[in-house]
Amino acid sequence: MAPYIFKILRFNPKADPMPYFQEYNVELEPSDSVLEGILKIQDEIDPSLAFRYSCRGAVCGSCAVVINGKFNLACRSLVKNVKTEEIVLEPLPNLEIVKDLIVDLQPFWKAYEKIRPYLIPKVIPEKENLVSPKEERAIDNFINCILCACCYGSCPVVTRDEKYLGPAALAKLFRFAGDIRDKGHTDVLDEIDIESGTWGCDTVFKCVDACPKKVRPTDGIEALRRKTVLRKSKRLIGVK
Amino acid sequence: MISHDILIVGGGLAGLRAAVEAKSKGLDCAVISKVHPLRSHSIAAQGGINAPLANAPDGRDDSIEKHTFDTIKGSDYLADQDAVEIMCGEAPKIVYEMEHWGAPFSRFDDGRIAQRPFGGADFPRTCYAADRTGHVLLHTLYEQAVKLGIKVYEERTVVSMSVKDGHFAGLIALNLSSEEFEIFEGKACIFATGGYGRVYLKSTNALINTGSGVAVCYRAGVAIKDLEFVQFHPTCLFGTNILITEGARGEGGTLSNAKGERFMQRYAPGKMELAPRDIVARAIQTEIDEGRGLEGGYVNLDLRHLGKKKILERLPAIRDIAIDFADCDPINKPIPILPAQHYSMGGISTNEKAQTEVNGLFAAGECACVSVHGTNRLGGNSLLDTIVFGKIAGEGAAHFIKGSQKAPADKNAILADELKRAEEKKKTFLTREKGVPLTEIRDELRKTMTEKVGIFREERQLKDAVSKIEELKSEAKQLLIGKTDNGVNQTLAKAFEFEGMLDLAEIITKGALQRTESRGSHFRRDYPKRDDERWLKHTIARLTESGPSFEYSKVKITRYEPKERKY
Repeated sequence: MAPYIFKILRFNPKADPMPYFQEYNVELEPSDSVLEGILKIQDEIDPSLAFRYSCRGAVCGSCAVVINGKFNLACRSLVKNVKTEEIVLEPLPNLEIVKDLIVDLQPFWKAYEKIRPYLIPKVIPEKENLVSPKEERAIDNFINCILCACCYGSCPVVTRDEKYLGPAALAKLFRFAGDIRDKGHTDVLDEIDIESGTWGCDTVFKCVDACPKKVRPTDGIEALRRKTVLRKSKRLIGVK
Repeated sequence: MISHDILIVGGGLAGLRAAVEAKSKGLDCAVISKVHPLRSHSIAAQGGINAPLANAPDGRDDSIEKHTFDTIKGSDYLADQDAVEIMCGEAPKIVYEMEHWGAPFSRFDDGRIAQRPFGGADFPRTCYAADRTGHVLLHTLYEQAVKLGIKVYEERTVVSMSVKDGHFAGLIALNLSSEEFEIFEGKACIFATGGYGRVYLKSTNALINTGSGVAVCYRAGVAIKDLEFVQFHPTCLFGTNILITEGARGEGGTLSNAKGERFMQRYAPGKMELAPRDIVARAIQTEIDEGRGLEGGYVNLDLRHLGKKKILERLPAIRDIAIDFADCDPINKPIPILPAQHYSMGGISTNEKAQTEVNGLFAAGECACVSVHGTNRLGGNSLLDTIVFGKIAGEGAAHFIKGSQKAPADKNAILADELKRAEEKKKTFLTREKGVPLTEIRDELRKTMTEKVGIFREERQLKDAVSKIEELKSEAKQLLIGKTDNGVNQTLAKAFEFEGMLDLAEIITKGALQRTESRGSHFRRDYPKRDDERWLKHTIARLTESGPSFEYSKVKITRYEPKERKY
């Protein structure tokens, strides 16, 4: 066991005029995760501390948080890897605080719903659609997305333009538009052929850095742009 | 009061599949969940979903009948065979349907869904999406739920249910973001709340898997079945108990002890590492207990011979887990593993139509006990169970609504009473200044369950556990949650759930004490043999004034006479 200081941003909009930092001293094993530290605080020191958690195995996407300025899941950040004795925790930016480390994800889910996040099938065969391993690989990276919203919190375009769909939703759109079984999500591509859609991204790769699952949303956005341009040029020369 | 025709508690695979079914039949339904549906524990399933598609070159002779037999044999003959026939019969359709909805399964070179070998199965039958099958299936079903516009009440914990004269009346839920209760009224209700793994200290389960749905039903007087059958997964990461998929062994991973022996040779020479989970878990625990484990108490799961390419392609997520949580890259180093609690075979007692004994009340998925898994679930059958019986529950609830259901006459008054009781309890929790800290008794309970009601059981330890649980139950009357404030109050929800955890622990332990035989996951050192004459029967527990009462019900046998299990 070793001593750690957790410095956590606290804010209860029902009671506090302003957010503030609160320090907690916790004894942890170096192999414990930041999530275990937070749980220990909630269990043993301060039951009023609020944060989201579920799987504790880096798959459910509940515990996205900013740790010493870096985006990550609290469960997959071991305290020994944080490398400082003081661990500063802040909620995801770009979203309103519900309480402490819990943010209101409604804008994030609305953007996700806007891209019609479901397969629009070309055909329904009797058995399975045949998909070659190569076609499978085309969207494989985007399948890893757990919708934790780290990318959304890190995106400077979301900060500037609250209408912007954000990296996760656009990467999800490519997951469908690039799926061989899908009609191509062309209606959605046309709808979001605007600054707060396909064209908003500054390609500064903040989302790629922020992603705890090695997803590259920027690559998806670039691919959407190519698809959109291709559709336009085909239309110009009269190809359907 | 919030009203919907069908209330679905739980937003994992079973709950969402039920919702999709009911909604697409034009019914008014809503999902109530402790977390956003995508945070449900279904997301953590790794290895795959079983269906005899016969896609693998060495699996061409697979069939529904063989899948059915493997499941029944794996269950150590306690599964109800008519229900297993339904589950396995639906398997191909269900997998194709998920594929049509967009589930990105891994593929063979010919473009068909890839299948891998799994424990206790005679053919490569497990369809997979690398090692994140639960993730892709849950996302796919949630996508269908979004498409259909299904209403979700998220971050609500259901704390109690009203049943009057054998009819479902409604639910009381704690809204986690306001700490207020809400009344949910409906004509039918489907529980799909997952397992009770977190009653144990060492578990692969998500932290939210407290068994709260099972406990709510028990407290409302619903029969609970076979709770003593608790699955311990053989391969969980040393230290954190995070699941390392059976698919790792399916792809060719081997187990070895400190001497470097592939010890499964001594326990299941026919199937080796791919024997059913109960057998492999006991083998590993025996190696560790008898001093052949590695320092600290674990054995090695070796994937190195699979090579980098195969590991990256088929097992990328468990590689990340091993690196993130144990500083171990399985490409170069064996993964340190040991068994931990993984799956709840028991649960809310239902028939093969997902109906409970209460009119209008259904249950599906891990919280339910149909029973299709008997005393030991085969890997790859839980995802199948959730989707098949989620769909059946959705159909059943829809059918129930369209029929001539009778609602309890004084529903509003009943629900107002239920709310009053919940409010009183809440007030006690929020105002009590002295007592026994929640965390303290909860940890004590979990420790007791892991140490005394684990892989190997015996009378003395089970009796110790029973008296410990009774002691904790009496301490829990003075449960202290500490100082919280208004707004999001997760600690209050934990307090409500904890009472249920105590109930479930009591049923598991007493059921295990009474069952004087060894069958599947339930292994008694003092009764090491299966005893069909006395114990080929389900355990049914019901709430009484003085704790659970036990009775036993017949196992349904159709075509497969119980035989000794050999692998």
